[in-house]
Amino acid sequence: MMGIPMRLGLGALVFALLLVGGTGTPRAQGLQITVTSGNVDPLPMAVTDFHGSNETAGQVGRDMSRVISDNLERSGLFDALDRKAFLEKPEDMLVQPNFAQWRVINAQALVTGKVQQKSDGQLRVEFRLWDVFASEQMEGIGYETTPANWRRIAHIISDAIYKRLTGEEGYFDTRIVYVAEKGPPDRREKRLAIMDQDGDNNRFLTDGSYLVLTPRFSPSRQEITYLSYYRNKPRVYIYNIDTGRQEVLGDFPGMTYAPRFSPEGDRVIMSLAQSGNSEIYSMDLRTRVIRRLTRNPAIDTSPCYSPDSKRIVFNSDRGGTQQLYVMNADGSDQRRISFGKGRYATPVWSPRGDLIAFTKFRKGKFHIGVMHPDGSGERLLTTSFLDEAPTWSPNGRVLMYFRQERSKSDGVAGRVRLRSIDLTGYNEREIITPTDASDPAWSPLAPLN
Amino acid sequence: MPIRNIGLKALCLFGALALAACASDPESTTDGSGSGGGANSTPPPQVQQSAKPVQEGPAPGSQEDLDLNVGSLVFFDYDQSELTPEGQETVKRWAQWLNQYPSVTVSIEGHCDERGTREYNLGLGERRASSARSFLVALGVDESRLGTISYGKERPVCGGSNEACWSQNRRGQLLVN
Repeated sequence: MMGIPMRLGLGALVFALLLVGGTGTPRAQGLQITVTSGNVDPLPMAVTDFHGSNETAGQVGRDMSRVISDNLERSGLFDALDRKAFLEKPEDMLVQPNFAQWRVINAQALVTGKVQQKSDGQLRVEFRLWDVFASEQMEGIGYETTPANWRRIAHIISDAIYKRLTGEEGYFDTRIVYVAEKGPPDRREKRLAIMDQDGDNNRFLTDGSYLVLTPRFSPSRQEITYLSYYRNKPRVYIYNIDTGRQEVLGDFPGMTYAPRFSPEGDRVIMSLAQSGNSEIYSMDLRTRVIRRLTRNPAIDTSPCYSPDSKRIVFNSDRGGTQQLYVMNADGSDQRRISFGKGRYATPVWSPRGDLIAFTKFRKGKFHIGVMHPDGSGERLLTTSFLDEAPTWSPNGRVLMYFRQERSKSDGVAGRVRLRSIDLTGYNEREIITPTDASDPAWSPLAPLN
Repeated sequence: MPIRNIGLKALCLFGALALAACASDPESTTDGSGSGGGANSTPPPQVQQSAKPVQEGPAPGSQEDLDLNVGSLVFFDYDQSELTPEGQETVKRWAQWLNQYPSVTVSIEGHCDERGTREYNLGLGERRASSARSFLVALGVDESRLGTISYGKERPVCGGSNEACWSQNRRGQLLVN
């Protein structure tokens, strides 16, 4: 029925679909993937083309099916079966699939859907997720939306499927802001860029006439905080994605850098360098009141709040080399947490709160790793000439970072690309970008309103 | 008037806004005044015009003069911001040169090699620039003439990923405004 009708950004309607066939009572041992167990065998899954009521709807249905299939496949948890092996056609599954046909190709989960174009041009999209071996529907949701919005609906459907099968929130209806790079190392052009999590809808936000670094998403607004060398003054700025407006944050006597929003989005925390000394400050975005949090002749930088905003993890070389420290949000109780060999940097608190991701440099190699907030349980996930700057997917399951390859001795820049890896250390892959790319930051899951 | 070229060159290295202007050939451009005089809008220093006209060499007090006759670079050890003994000698020469041209203002850039994380290197570059600046002040150069800016690992002079390049990139660089 019309379960919980709610509005969706860009004017889409969402509604739960009547369960067809099965009772809706999940099997005792329902189809479920455990995502924490490391090298899982990906779940064999068939994502069929969504059936369209006319040519336009049919094209949208095929495109949506591809986007959903690619999303799920990229997560590493699903094995999207080859369409050529499908025995049943979309038009034959409008009511219910013939499960026997899908058991033949060993599809454990099946996704079907249909797209209808209404007289006003709007699309009505429905999908159903089926448990093939239990012969029952696991999920069914419908959406009404403008045709231009089809891709976003495909991401939302991907999240619904991921959530139903893993029990965890998805991360497909998200975006990545990053720094697009090109040119030789000594004259590198860097621009802010934004794209969907799957690399689509890439858009440049700045024109490359001034250096930009380290963008980060606001958790609550369409805003990015970043470092810009506009007019040759390195300062922290805020960029409004909707309006394109850029605003320098505060009036500081020296370079401000390493900005990051608080989990509520009401503050920015950053470093201010004066006379060679970098200290951490927080700024209340409403009152613009700033507060100094560290007092130490060392370089204190790369601050990041815990998800409950009570603690801050940061990077300092006060002990001689770069290590990770935590403190209370008011700057009290500063304690070192990294004690392994090597240098530690760029700490980022997991959205779940239980882990801190970091960059580690030791013996000529860089790693992305994670540890508990007390410094225990260090695990290194990647190794290369230069891996840097992890960012968490909003569900805390995936890390994105950048990898820079060695430059050639003739000065030609090495490849710089975004990569992602599952928290378990598996499913490492490159994110496709039109140019070299660094400093990724993952957006929160877009709100469904 | 070679002094115009000096102004232009400084703009090319400094002015993000002037990048477009600098993309054209600065040597062939004679009108630098429109791009934003800044420090050069004050009357030119009392260059001894009565002395024999300058022929080939760089204009005294210019970036070229500094580069050629003094050296505008100091180098640092890995993850260090203390001036090396050689670096101190260079900065002493900077001080002498700056005292010779009291109307010149400069900026000290701090740079790092690529073997560090971006944000920490911004802090380290600032510390390197500041280290050279403090020494200049101790040697009697007026603070108001000395700006600093850190580029972290963003502006290497040597593009290769090897120690020979990295040691050149860990540097402080004096730039005439």
